[in-house]
Amino acid sequence: MEQEQDTSTKLYTFLIYSENVPGLLSQITAVFTRRQVNIESLNVCASSTPGAHKYTVTANCDERMARILTAQIEKRIEVLQAHYYTDDQLFINETALFKLSTPVMLKNPEVGRLIRFHNGSIIEVNNTYAVAEITGITNDILSLFGALKSMDCVLQFVRSGRICITKSRVEHLDEYLAVREAKRNASLKN
Amino acid sequence: MMRALEHEGVDVLFGYPGGSIMPTYDALYDHKKTLNHILVRHEQGAVHAAQGYARVSGKVGCAIVTSGPGATNTVTGIADAMIDSTPMVVICGQVGVAMLGTDAFQEVDVVGVTSPISKWSYQIRRAEDVAWAVARAFYIAKSGRPGPVVLDFAKNAQTGMVDFEPAKVDFIRSYDPEPDLNMTDIERAAKLINNSVKPFVLVGQGVELGNAQEELRTFLEKADLPCGTTFLGLSAIPSDHRLNMGILGMHGNLGPNVMTNQCDLLIAVGMRFDDRVTGNLATYAKQAKIIHFDIDPAEFNKNVAVDLTVLGNCKQTLAAVTKLMSESKHTAWIDGFKPYNEKEYEKVIDKALHPKEGPLLMGEVIRKVSEAAHNEGIMVTDVGQNQLMACRYFKFTQPRSVVTSGGLGTMGFGLPAAIGATFGAPDRTVCLFVGDGGLQMTIQELGTIMEQGAPVKIILLNNNYLGNVRQWQEMFFAHRYSFTPMLNPNYELIAKGYGIPAKTVIERGDLDAAIAEMFATSGPYLLQCAIKEEDNVLPMTPPGANVDEMLLEV
Repeated sequence: MEQEQDTSTKLYTFLIYSENVPGLLSQITAVFTRRQVNIESLNVCASSTPGAHKYTVTANCDERMARILTAQIEKRIEVLQAHYYTDDQLFINETALFKLSTPVMLKNPEVGRLIRFHNGSIIEVNNTYAVAEITGITNDILSLFGALKSMDCVLQFVRSGRICITKSRVEHLDEYLAVREAKRNASLKN
Repeated sequence: MMRALEHEGVDVLFGYPGGSIMPTYDALYDHKKTLNHILVRHEQGAVHAAQGYARVSGKVGCAIVTSGPGATNTVTGIADAMIDSTPMVVICGQVGVAMLGTDAFQEVDVVGVTSPISKWSYQIRRAEDVAWAVARAFYIAKSGRPGPVVLDFAKNAQTGMVDFEPAKVDFIRSYDPEPDLNMTDIERAAKLINNSVKPFVLVGQGVELGNAQEELRTFLEKADLPCGTTFLGLSAIPSDHRLNMGILGMHGNLGPNVMTNQCDLLIAVGMRFDDRVTGNLATYAKQAKIIHFDIDPAEFNKNVAVDLTVLGNCKQTLAAVTKLMSESKHTAWIDGFKPYNEKEYEKVIDKALHPKEGPLLMGEVIRKVSEAAHNEGIMVTDVGQNQLMACRYFKFTQPRSVVTSGGLGTMGFGLPAAIGATFGAPDRTVCLFVGDGGLQMTIQELGTIMEQGAPVKIILLNNNYLGNVRQWQEMFFAHRYSFTPMLNPNYELIAKGYGIPAKTVIERGDLDAAIAEMFATSGPYLLQCAIKEEDNVLPMTPPGANVDEMLLEV
């Protein structure tokens, strides 16, 4: 008898916390590669918990695979916790930078209008190029990129990996660390 | 390093020296009395020997090799230990940190190579870290679901001078090998078992890894639960126990496989639903509720979706569930296995054990060896038909009696693993069943047997074929024997060259006396049996077929 599960392929976000030790990134990415799942974006940085690193990984797969990936990642010795989420469970942001041709921008006022429409800001302008910055969700950024590209003014474009925090009122990592600390104290007493 | 190993209780090391591990070997020279170093003839032999040692003793096996090719030669054994959950620490030499990344002589990225196939892989770069890293390595290797750990030991860390301070590691924040019992799950499991009319238990190696043989027995007997075992779980319960219905999987017994698809509750204990056990997943036990007991949460719902998971060491979880279970009888259900067992006996087993004429068969040789060892021996196998037949026809009365390469299926595993087993259980009889193909993959270890006088009873089942591949070619590739017939050397002569007594049996009438002579001879012995060339392992679930669709004849 099988449990019900979502068998559709969608973009899952994996939030992984680990100890700060070298070599873990390749261990984590290897878990995806071995199961033929392509990583869409990846962000690694220190987390709010001292000593713990946070990995934000997105990938397209079904829920069964998301669960297996999470379990296999958590199995690595230095991984503290791994969870998977759908977009509705997260506050999500990405940042993008555009290097745009100043002569084209001057000729076509639509460029500036589009950037303002997307709540972007211009952070540098000179005779040759301007740099615009936008923060938002993937689709907004990609739609701006598509529009600017069609106006033939994009010299460079870069988009950060997704960063996100959970909507949950429970902080899983803090809870986990508290339980582990209690277990350590109990074993020290014995 | 030597003192750290002694501190961990290591008494035997299997290894092979080389450039980057020389400082450690120089230190070993002063610790020969406490650390018994067994010089193998190839690094692959060192890891398989450490595996054999670990499997029969329950302790952590230890192998030590040099950098570069020494380290890469251990890769097969590390992968084998990973998939079969064998506790092992492999210490590899490495070039000094100043040379790392320069493509130095015998430099290879050992941590990079072994990370995906080990439980933990760590590079020791400073002498100050040795005691800590060794303590952590042994803790990780043996705790939770056991596995191989690799220590990549840089040369400068080997030569650095530092006072030894014993380190103890029994807690790692990010690693919880002893999860607390979840009493809700335990209660649910007991309730499902109490309500089941047709329960069936799948016994895996987890029972032996958790030393839960007694707990399993009490669990089965209290509620009269029939069980089947995986290959690695074979000796977790005596072969003749009335509730042991036989072996699961592709070449297992008919009853347990058929009844898997007839039970109303499937209870898996310390096993991982390997594809060789389940056959076609789409039709596997769909009629049943499934409970999975395991210490590794990543195994839950990996291959088979289950209704209830019980996380923890089965020594504790089985005992806790047993307490809440009511005593019951499932006589009619258990009797239901009998017709299948009888059918298999008539169609397969009787023919394999009691042939009236023709060349020797694997089954009869294996059963006679098992009985001559009073069914108390340790069965070591290589991989292939010898393995499948040995698992089917060797009998077990003692725990920790199975040493076989289950998950990885490593040909060449048998001979060195058997050497390791003689050191892990020096008071027991070690019987190795090996084919003519696998023996040649690590045949150099006859030199180790010679030097150590390791009392391995080698039963060479020689059919002049790579038998298991030949069987598949016969059954699924229209008899096209592509590169499976093999011209063999004179094995008796080879054994004698190594000073190992040897004999060849061709006639059935000579078999009993030859086996008796083998066991009467102290130390190692090679008994070559001329086996029927095109013998098949049956029954068989064809690859991808449903678990209950076993072929009894070709």
